[in-house]
Amino acid sequence: MQIPCPICGARDLREFTPKGHASYLDRPAEDADAQAWNDYLHLRENPAGDTRELWYHGAGCGAWLVVERNTVTHAVKGATLAREMRDAG
Amino acid sequence: MAELIAKSPARGLTPVEAGGVTLTEAPMGPIWAVMPYRGKGAALSAALEAAHGLGFPAPGLLAETGDARIAWSGLDQAFLMGVMPDRALAAHAALTDQSDAWTHLVLEGAAVRDVLARWMPVELSPSACPPGSARRSLVGHMTALVLHPGGDRFEILVFRSMAATAIHELTRSMRAVAARREL
Repeated sequence: MQIPCPICGARDLREFTPKGHASYLDRPAEDADAQAWNDYLHLRENPAGDTRELWYHGAGCGAWLVVERNTVTHAVKGATLAREMRDAG
Repeated sequence: MAELIAKSPARGLTPVEAGGVTLTEAPMGPIWAVMPYRGKGAALSAALEAAHGLGFPAPGLLAETGDARIAWSGLDQAFLMGVMPDRALAAHAALTDQSDAWTHLVLEGAAVRDVLARWMPVELSPSACPPGSARRSLVGHMTALVLHPGGDRFEILVFRSMAATAIHELTRSMRAVAARREL
């Protein structure tokens, strides 16, 4: 499996570490209630099919990526810098 | 003030030669990480150009002029090597002295790409990695910065503490490549 890093190009899976679903980017406000924090920390979709995940290119450029891939076919459809998703709001 | 004796990371472990490939240690010199502040990339590149004759490198690139080299070394990070950074850079970027944090090895010889292919999951053929390339990737389990100034020369930088492991692993693959050529 290769991941198309927007900085480095297609790179081997060995260079990356998975974090989990891209919903980790949607961090609740500091004053959010306990339920919001509980949901953020513990509740994840586990789709059979297309999903978006955070991966860390730790053995490469050091960027956090949002990777679009399919959990059934293992096809990797693309990757975006996580900070671009953040800056886009 | 006491005069301290600089001890290079690979002292006593290099040089190594096998199958026409040599592994040596580069002379110890300044290595500074240059990390632009947010929105300061263009100003930093202009300051670098003015002070050292080298702009901030695009991902995957290595450039050199005179004693100074600059290598892309990660997202929003480059290594300025061979010279001390000009003070003017500090207005635009975080600068850290990493000179004694890295083991800087030089691998040269006709079979150098075969030797590295045994450890690295990245394409190093002349078309994929032309002269003037810098790659962040793995050498075995070690994160590394690999520089290709040109010819059959590759420079491998790993963390200082990993000198012995890097030399051991590269030596093994140098010997394995040499052995296959004798079959």
